[in-house]
Order: sequence, then C-alpha cells, then structure tokens
Amino acid sequence: MAGDRHRIVGKPIRKVDGPSKCTGQTLFADDLSFPRMLWCKLLRSPHPHARIRSIDTSRARNHPGVVAVLTGRDLPIPFGILPVSQDEHALCLDRVRFVGDPVAAIAATDEEAAFEALRLIDVDYEPLDSILSIPDALDPARPPIHDYGDDGNIHKLVSLEFGDVEGGFAEAKEIIEGTYFYGGNTHLAMEQHAAVAVPEADGRIRLYSSTQTPHYSHRALAKVLEMPPAHIRVIAPPTGGGFGGKTDPFNHEIVVAKMALVTGRPVKICLTREEVFYCHRGRHPVLMGVRMGMKSDGSITALHFRTLLDGGGYGSYGVASTYYTGALQTVTYDVSNYKFESARLFTNKPPCGPKRGHGTPQPRFALEIHMDRAAERLGMDPAELRLAHLVPPGSLTANYLKVGSMGLGECIRKVVEGSRWKEKFRQLPHGRGVGLACGAYLSGAGLPIYWNNLPHTGVQLKLDRSGGVCVFCGETDVGQGSDSVLAQIVAEVLGIEPIDLRLVTSDTDLTPVDLGSYSSRVTLMMGNAAVQAAERARELLSSAVAGKLEIPPTRLVFADRHVFDAERPEIGMTFAEAVQTAEAKFGTIGTVGSYTPPPSAGRYRGAGVGPSPAYSYSAAVAEVDVDPDTGWVRVQKIWMAHDVGRSINPVLVMGQVEGGVYMGLGEALMEEQVFRANRNGVHKFPSMLEYKSPTTQEMCDVTTYLVEDPDPNGPFGAKEVGQGPLLPVPPAIANAVYDAVGVRIDEVPITPEKVLKALQAKDRRYGPADLPPVTWPPPLQVATPRQGGDGRAIGRAIGRASGGTTSTPAAEPARVDGRVTK
Amino acid sequence: MMRLPAFTYAAPRSIDEAARILAGEGPQAMLVAGGTDLYPNMKRRQQSPRVLIGLRGIRELSGITGIPTTGLSIGACTTLTDLSTHRLVVESYPALSRAVRTISTPILRNMGTIGGNICLDTRCNYYDQSYEWRRAINFCMKCDGDTCWVAPSSRTCLAVNSSDSVPLLCAIGATVRLAGTHGHREIAMRDFYNKDGIRYINKQPDEIVTHIALPPVNGWSATYHKLARRGSFDFPVLGVAVAMWRDPDGTVLDARIYLNAVASAPVEAAEARQALIGHKPTPDLIAHASHLASINAKPMDNTDLDYAWRKKMVRVYVRRALNGLS
Amino acid sequence: MSSLSKLRVRLRVNGEEHEMLVPVEKTLLEVLREDMGLTGTKHGCELGECGACAVLVDGKPVLSCLALPVELEGHEIMTVEGLAAAGRMHPLQEAFADLGAAQCGYCTPGFLLAAKSLLEQSSDPTRDEIKDALAGNLCRCTGYIKIYEAVELAARRMRSGSETAPEQAVLYGR
Ligand SMILES: Cc1cc2nc3c(=O)[nH]c(=O)nc-3n(C[C@H](O)[C@H](O)[C@H](O)COP(=O)(O)OP(=O)(O)OC[C@H]3O[C@@H](n4cnc5c(N)ncnc54)[C@H](O)[C@@H]3O)c2cc1C
Ligand code: SF4
Ligand code: FES
Ligand code: FES
Repeated sequence: MAGDRHRIVGKPIRKVDGPSKCTGQTLFADDLSFPRMLWCKLLRSPHPHARIRSIDTSRARNHPGVVAVLTGRDLPIPFGILPVSQDEHALCLDRVRFVGDPVAAIAATDEEAAFEALRLIDVDYEPLDSILSIPDALDPARPPIHDYGDDGNIHKLVSLEFGDVEGGFAEAKEIIEGTYFYGGNTHLAMEQHAAVAVPEADGRIRLYSSTQTPHYSHRALAKVLEMPPAHIRVIAPPTGGGFGGKTDPFNHEIVVAKMALVTGRPVKICLTREEVFYCHRGRHPVLMGVRMGMKSDGSITALHFRTLLDGGGYGSYGVASTYYTGALQTVTYDVSNYKFESARLFTNKPPCGPKRGHGTPQPRFALEIHMDRAAERLGMDPAELRLAHLVPPGSLTANYLKVGSMGLGECIRKVVEGSRWKEKFRQLPHGRGVGLACGAYLSGAGLPIYWNNLPHTGVQLKLDRSGGVCVFCGETDVGQGSDSVLAQIVAEVLGIEPIDLRLVTSDTDLTPVDLGSYSSRVTLMMGNAAVQAAERARELLSSAVAGKLEIPPTRLVFADRHVFDAERPEIGMTFAEAVQTAEAKFGTIGTVGSYTPPPSAGRYRGAGVGPSPAYSYSAAVAEVDVDPDTGWVRVQKIWMAHDVGRSINPVLVMGQVEGGVYMGLGEALMEEQVFRANRNGVHKFPSMLEYKSPTTQEMCDVTTYLVEDPDPNGPFGAKEVGQGPLLPVPPAIANAVYDAVGVRIDEVPITPEKVLKALQAKDRRYGPADLPPVTWPPPLQVATPRQGGDGRAIGRAIGRASGGTTSTPAAEPARVDGRVTK
Repeated sequence: MMRLPAFTYAAPRSIDEAARILAGEGPQAMLVAGGTDLYPNMKRRQQSPRVLIGLRGIRELSGITGIPTTGLSIGACTTLTDLSTHRLVVESYPALSRAVRTISTPILRNMGTIGGNICLDTRCNYYDQSYEWRRAINFCMKCDGDTCWVAPSSRTCLAVNSSDSVPLLCAIGATVRLAGTHGHREIAMRDFYNKDGIRYINKQPDEIVTHIALPPVNGWSATYHKLARRGSFDFPVLGVAVAMWRDPDGTVLDARIYLNAVASAPVEAAEARQALIGHKPTPDLIAHASHLASINAKPMDNTDLDYAWRKKMVRVYVRRALNGLS
Repeated sequence: MSSLSKLRVRLRVNGEEHEMLVPVEKTLLEVLREDMGLTGTKHGCELGECGACAVLVDGKPVLSCLALPVELEGHEIMTVEGLAAAGRMHPLQEAFADLGAAQCGYCTPGFLLAAKSLLEQSSDPTRDEIKDALAGNLCRCTGYIKIYEAVELAARRMRSGSETAPEQAVLYGR
C-alpha cells in the first residue's frame, strides 16, 4: 500500500460526479426514455386489510391508449429481500395488507391514459379486520396478517442473554429503568422511485431502476420472472437519494419488467410522492423498555433491553431490523451482562425496513437518554461517565462483536471542548440547554443477506495503453460519494488522476457484484477490493517497468501520471508508457480485487446481525432553546465529532456528517410517518408539505470534527460515515431539552405539545407507559468472552420464561396505541 | 408524475372580457391567477374545472397605486413578492409586508398572487389529498362525499381558512373590490368570508376580485404572528393579526384582533377588543384579553400539529401580538 | 391523450426559441422533460412542495410543476442546462462541485437556479439571506450547509473574479 503521504486519498477534491450533477447531465432513472416507450401505473388498495374476491379489468383494457393490464395472477411467485420472508407479490394475489398495496397494473401509451384507466378496473374486496397498532398485533384474538411468523401477528421473536443478567443486577448499586418510544419516519429521498424496463430483441431484458441494490433486484426479477439471471440486466443509474428506501426489490420493478416482456416495448414507471410513502421500508416505530444496573462508578453490570417493532404489512428487512435493535448497545460502553428481547409485529401499514442507521437509532435514543439519567443519578458529568466506561479498542463485546479502532473518547473530548460543555451543562439560563449523546455504527454488515460464501464486492480494472483506466464495480452511488471513493483509491494507488479513470458501475451485466449501498459497507468493502485490484495492476506494471529500467520494482514510485525511480526521479516513464511496457510483456492488462469480511466471533443463532469489519463512532453536543410557554424547541447548534478511521475525502465526509445531523434533526423534531387508525388506516399525510422535513429555516449550525483513528480493516484505515452521525442527534436534543427546562421527552418526534404536556405533568415527563405484556420465550444463553464463552449458545434457559414482568395497567396501552397510530 | 386533468384555457385581456367568459361558462369554469393553489388541487382532482380563465394577461389587475395617506389599491394579480417588497408597502404597511413574506416559499411567492391568496380554497387534511386517498376514506362532504370526517355530526364543512394575508387585511380594515357582468362592488374584507368550508367566500359566480384596497395609514399600528411547523412552505395552523389605535397617552382607542386557521373564516376576537378599548394595555389587561380571544378559537383536528395544543397557543400568540404593539 | 385541445406555444428556453404543439394542461415541467428532452429539471412532488423543479423565468425562480407554457410565452426561461456558457460552468456550478454541495444531485438544479437569482440581486449575501433565498428548496442529503458554503464561495469568486480557494474548515472540518 502507498505510504503515509498520499496525493489523492485524504484530499478534499471534487466529487467525480460533481460537474455532471451540477450541469443537469446526470441521467437518473426517470430521465431515461426510449422509442415506443409505454407508461405504467399501479392500482393500489384502498383497504388496509381485505381479501380480493375478484378483479375485472375488461373496462380498463378497452380504454384508449391502454396496451396491457396485469394482475397478481400474472406474477404469482413471491419474493422479498430476506430468504426467510419471501412474503411479497408484485401484485397482490388474493389479499391486500395495507392501504397502497398494489393489485393491478396498466401500461398505456401515455401516463395520463394509464392513470385514467386505473379507475376502470373493478376490484371486489372483502374487508378484513385490520391490525393498526402494537397492542392490536399482540392480541391473539385478532386475525393473522400472514400465515407465517412466530406467533399470530408476531413476525419475529428474539430472546438472548449474554452472561448472567440477574447476577449483574444483584451486583448493581443503582438500577435505572425507562420506557421509550421512537416514532416511525420515512426516507423522503428527493427522487421518487422510477424504473424503466427495455426488452431486447433476443428475449433478454434490461431494467434501469433507482435502486441502491441492483444485485438484489436482479435476484428477485430472476425468481419472479422465472428467467435465467444471466438474461436479465439490472442497471442502477445514479440514485437521487436513498437512505435505505431503495434497498428492497420492489413490486414496481418486477411489474415493468413483466410489462416489457408482455408488450415487447420499453415500459416506464415513476411513482408519485404518495406512492413513495407507501413503498416506505422506513424507520420502524419501536417501543422500548430499558433496565440498567450500575455500580457507583457508573460501570454497567447488567443491561436488559426490550424492543417492540411495529413492522407494517410485510417482512422486508424486518428480521434483521429486529436484531439490530439489540446488537450495537454493547460497542460503545462496556456492558458486562446483557439481555435482549424483541418482537417484530405485523400491522396493516406500509412495511418498515432499513432507514439510515437501520434499527439502531431507536435503541441508541433510549440508551443515550438512559445514560443521561444515570449520570444524574450517580452525580456524574454525562461526558465523564461515558469516558470512564468506553469499550477498549481491540476488544470483544459481551455479544461477540469485535471492536477494532475506537475513537469515541476523542470524539467526546472534541465536542465537549468545542461546545464549551463544562461552562454550559446545567448552567445555562432556564429555556436554554445542552445535551450530549454518542453513537456507533457498522462499516458494512459482516454477513450477506442471503447465505453464501462469495465475496461481498468486486472491482475489476482494465488498463489501456492510452493511459486511461476503466474501473468496473457493482457499487451504486446514491449521493454518498462512492464513485469518488472508488476513483480516489484507484488513482492513488496507480499514481494517476481521478479524471483518467472511466467508472462503470452498478450494472449487473458489466460489473462484478457488489451487494449494494446499504449498511455503510461500500467505502470499506469496495475500497478494500479497489486497493487489491489496483495493487495487482501496479505489481504488473512495476515488474515490467523495473525490468526495462533495470532497477528493483520496490524502488518504483507511481505518482503524477508517472512511474519513476524513487532514488533518481528523472529515471522513469509516463503512466501510459508503463502500461504499454506491461502490455507488451504480459498481454492485455486487467486485474481484479474482491473483499470478504473477516469471520465473526459469535456462533449463536442471531449472531449474524451486528458483526462488522469496523465500527464508526460519533459524539454530539446539541444546544437548544425551549420556549416554556409553547414547548417549542429550536436547535441552535450541533457539535459533531465522528471517528471515520480515515477520510478518503474530508469534504465529502463532512457532507455526510452534516447530512446525518440534518436527518437526525428532522427525526428528533418533526418527521413522522403516521396513519389514521380511525379512518381505514390511511397514511395521515403522504405529501412533502405535510410530512415535515427541515427546510433551511430549521436546520441548525453544525461544527464538525473529523477524528481519524485508522482501522486495520479499512482501506487506508477508513470506516463508515454515511449513517453513524445521525444516531447521537435525537438523544442529544432530548438531553438538551432536559437541561433547558427539566423535562424528559422519552419519545421522538419531540413536538411542542409533548414538551408543554411534560412541563405541566407531575412527573415532568412525556413518553410511553410500560410495554404491553408479551410472553417472552426463555432466552438463548450465551456465555460472554469474560466468562470464558466461545461464542456458542449454551442452550435455552428452561423454566425461566419471563412473562410480561413489566405488566401494564389496563388503561395504559391506549396511550401507546394513540401514539403509534394516531 | 401528478398531472393536470384536461381543460380549455382562455386568456382574456380585460376584466370585462374575463367576467363575460366566466358568466358564459357557468360553474364549469374557474379563474386562475398564479395557480399555486388551484393547480395542486386540480392535480389531486379536488377541483376539476373544464375551463380555466387565466387572469395574468390582464394589465389592470396588476400593480399597486395610491399613496399611504389616502390608501393603496393593490391589483388582484400582483404577486406576493411584488406586494411584499413594494416600497410603499414596506414603509407604510410593514406588517402586511411581513405577513405576506411568511407565505409559502420565496419561489411560490414569485408566482402566487394576493387575489388568489384571499380566495384561497379552505384546507383540511382529509381534503388536501389525492383522489385515491380520499376514495379510501369514502370522500368527504367538501368533495365527492357526504360526511365531514373531522366532525361527523357537523352539517357544514369545517375546512380551514389558511391565508396569511387575510387576518391582517381584516384587522386593518381593507376592502375587496369585485367586478362582474352586473358591475362593480366593494365589500369589507371581514364580510367577504363565510363560516362554511365549502362556500367560504361571498363572491357571485361571475365575479372577479379586481383589487384589494388598503385603508389610509392614520395612526394605527399592526402586527401578524404566524404559527406553523416550519419557517417555510407551511400554511399557518394559527394566524393572529392585530391592528391597534392608541391615544398619545397610551389608551387603546381600538384594537381589532383576527384569528385565522382556526375556522373556515377569519375569526374576530370581539370580546377581547371590547376589553381593551378605553384602557391602557397593562400586562394584566393583555392577559385577560388574550384569554377572551382564545375562547373564540375552536381549532379542529384537520391541520398539522395537535389541535388541543393549538387552542392553547391562541392565548400565547394573542398575548405576544398585543405585547408587540404595546 | 385526454386533452381537449392542443395549443401551439412558443417558448424561449436557454436563449433559444422553440415552437411546439402541446396539450394546454401539460405543465412547463412536463414539456421541458418530455417534449424538449431537458431532463435536468427535476421533480419531487409536482405540487409545489419541494422546489426541485425550479427554473428561472425572466431571472426569477418559479416552479415549473405549477406553470403552464401558455402563460409563459414571451418570457425568458432558463433551466440548469442553460447555466453553463460556452462550455464553462457558472461559478455556482463550480463551487457546488468543489464542495460536494451536490450529493445525490437531485435537488441541485433547483438550488443552483434559486442561488443564481439571489446572487444577481446581492453580490455578497449574508448567511441568513442565503437561507431565506433558498427556503423554497428542500434537500434531503446535505443539511444545506455545503450548499450555503458553495453559494458563499461562488459569490466570493464572482466578486474577486478569481479562483479563490475554500476555507480550510469547510474542507477538512475542525
Ligand atoms: C407548498 C405550498 C405552500 C403554501 N403556503 C401558503 C402559506 O403559508 N400561506 C398562504 O396564505 N398560502 C399558502 N399557499 C397557497 C398559495 O400559494 C397562496 O395562497 C397564493 O397566494 C395563491 O395565489 P394564486 O394566485 O397562486 O392562486 P390561484 O391558485 O391562481 O387561485 C386560488 C383560488 O383563487 C381564485 N382566484 C384567483 N384569483 C382570483 C381573482 N382575481 N378573483 C377571484 N378569484 C380568484 C381561483 O379561482 C382559485 O380558486 C401555499 C401553496 C403551496 C403550493
Ligand atoms: S372539514 Fe370535513 S367536510 Fe370539510 S374538508 Fe375536512 S373532512 Fe371534508
Ligand atoms: S416538483 Fe416539487 S415543487 Fe415542483
Ligand atoms: S443533494 Fe440529494 S437532495 Fe440535495
């Protein structure tokens, strides 16, 4: 690998796609059009839960302009992102599960004709009892939405115990309990999902789609269309924002592909904003119960975490989301004994899935407020409490996550100093306050979504005698800058400039598989593959050039589009000449690189979620004003330090940090995906006007500190930045509200009416009551590394099934219900 | 892509011509100025005129004339940007300029007009939805259905007047000039609205709003306080406008308080006004008047933010508005 | 399809006259993207709620999703494609590219045009003036900060007429 002084890595150079995005040249999926293209529209269910008795499409077929109509019968094979939940159909077969579930599709010569014809499709529905809240879903008397899952409408039940939690509580001096609720919200990427399918004359098919995961769409298409995957080509054009909302294979992608096959013409669909709200796959609403035992020095002897996820109508990533609400609690502060119980529930609402931080911002919100409470109880400064109990670098957590580099301490110190925390905390005038919180996130999931032992990513290089290099990689740039990371790494290793590279990305025919832009995996995984491919190319070139110059290859330097002798820089040749020299010696020059994450340490069932080659860390201080008359919260400023391992491009890393702060701010204060339980379960406001996202007027000032603690597993030491910085924002704001006016808001969004209610409440708190009772299965017991465990489960703790120990007064769930579904 | 339904478009050159077309086409025709209210509604199929009569080409409808000492006349098609940045408005009617600047976004204000703003369709989050969404709840009384989902026992629609300029214009005593095939008339802004979310303005089908007349500046001062979730884009969920006349010794001669976004028409806080007249606005009196004003407001659960909280905010916002002027 | 009437409209877009036959109900957004191939103008809602579709009409930003071509005859329309001149990017485009102010880039055309209009009125806008001028555009990626910094950088470069470098903290954090 190149030495410590890099020419391109670590430099704030222009994003490679900057000029094309700034001139309107970038073509997004909806910008594509083809001769004779048809337009597709989907008919969606007006019922949250119903059986489809019959569908009559004859009137629609006769509408002028209509070319084809499809219903569920035409696409009967189920699909879904996870192998364990193949529960979706491109068009519902006999049952609809939320308002917005698609039941039929029309292709017509123009979009308006397709739209008009939708009203001519006659669907006979038999409405069914609908499940619209967590308590509804837990009620065994209510009808199940699916015929699979763990019990009734419980899609997934998890119960794990690492170490001896009761023993841990017995050791504790303080036991702190709390209940929290994280409201659901959605990605709201600016680009609405679009897809264009183009049939090829030989029977193959091409799909352009605004997806973050062309590989997974490819697999779903092959399955549902019953075509050899090699005959399907999926291309992800640059995506106009994803944030996790475009990581599932989607029904509309499959529908247009089928339409193209049926009609022999290109078919386009672009969802309306309302339909995007129905695609959702956004943040799960999660109700959480936390019990934490601490010694008087603040060390955590036991942590018991319970989460209930309102999953919506389908599985999506839900099983993974469920585990994620329990996985990363252990990687920030040392936890000796840990118990995690969770249930994901099916409800008749659009399916939830992964949104920036996938399943971890919710428990992080609870944990960081809990730490604030703990600090107060112990009479410690919240920053000092955290600093005293950080997970050491290079350690193995109670649930078997391998922590590599760990810059959280430095992050905390930076924001404490930068915000002048010590002068402000508990000292600002009434109405103004500061709050601190931390977070951690994966740099890529250690395991793939479907079981296989293949690499997670690959990069292929073609070196041209012109001096240009073509880079092929399946990665998908969703705005996070992965194209730039790829270009900077390859250019760095080969000593050329990013503009000398041609990137060919996210095309299942042309590029090696990359699993996609999710779980913050791209920089680390693709980066390592790119380093490998580029180093292999450099070796070929070195060997040829060294031979010609008659010097040892180790003395060669690749820089400034030249290859030269480190000791006598005047001896050398241009990069193009070097390629020619190598080509003459070895034939056409091409190399490959790939990356597979290291094996994870956990061997218990459920250990697949949480391991990562490296964890990023962040710490934030928020400063807020709270108006005691109205409850209005205004965030003035956020100081955010993020341990990115190493910035491949600092200006782009900062952009990710600021974007994460923005999205966290929106979730903390206003973003809410809610439904009208009293009105057929419709989305309350599927529009950009009424789904509130911060404008320039709400966005706070941000001071960013980049902490660089290189991780041995990262390319050049780099870790993730795309998701982590969101996590500390909501709890930092909640903690700041407490500092400002002394009320605890234990749920997001923190709206003014909640703050005002808390100000007027006896317990100076707003948040959910206890969790509704759930019969938890006996936990799977795992001995911790400290107990000498080997990562395997010891077995189920028979006879220790914990019923709803935190049982709920009868009146309380109604409040929970009201919050979840309005 | 949300698209407009088909229609024919007429572009009259004069007010008379527009009124004639409007009268001739009957209820299937609608006027359009900036289109920033009507076009989104048409895309959602809340309104489906077969004929649109574009007012932008009518010269007489744009621009601002007059002087502050005798009052200004604002053409209905004056854009919100032009209105809020007009020198005389900024200098002599600063509260109006500021109120108009709180509307929507800077880009939308380049398009939307003051005439469209005072004729703005009433709003409700059971109504401002696509056809398919409304079909899922079986529509509502305001459009295509029978029941008001906000208050199923209500015989009238309770959709909300959500204009930011209207409460202020009512408070300062502005008037609306209308022209129709039967001639012209002028009515006080406060009489222009009905407490009925469907027939929310007192305008004959063939009438066009031609101007808004601002009263002379003669010693009153005014203010507008808007409550909305975000500082841009959002409609008010509460608007409080106050115009106050005071004696040199500070005694309140008159104080007109109008609330908006709490009913289908702007609401005058008459008791609060009576309580203030003839007194000096001490903190106690202001608190009392604010309490009285809040009784008049009955926000419903059909806008953003919790309605019980919004009701509480009336008192706070009226108090702040009065404090600002005292 | 369902149009009652098509109209002949003449539009001046990016300095060129275009005459075409379009259904009257087709918005400027649809005509630019679907009839003229100018897909640089984006859309996120088509209801006036996001600002992605902003174009300049006589130098002022308007939303193309709520504008009818028939109402725009005789006016000068500029889209993002018209911002670069003679193969050179506008200083705003340069600055946006330099600072990564276009992440996914979907909101970028709208922001660039709104910012252009601002810089034409004020060559040295304050941060608050920038926030106000861009309050009609939503961005979900950047948190707006790099956008403000890019507008400031472009303004500085336009005032000095030279390639001023961005500040260290903007590029590297603290
Ligand atoms: C995202 C968004 C946010 C908004 N936020 C706000 C806000 O915060 N505050 C606010 O007040 N408004 C807001 N609006 C609404 C709207 O933009 C403004 O009210 C604007 O002033 C309407 O003017 P217009 O010329 O565009 O009206 P149009 O859409 O042209 O017309 C509106 C109505 O008035 C009628 N009309 C128009 N002109 C006349 C006339 N001269 N005589 C008789 N009838 C006429 C039309 O037939 C139509 O029924 C918002 C709109 C959007 C899309
Ligand atoms: S107030 Fe009632 S009738 Fe009026 S729009 Fe709303 S739901 Fe419909
Ligand atoms: S597309 Fe959203 S404002 Fe026009
Ligand atoms: S850069 Fe993606 S929405 Fe602004």
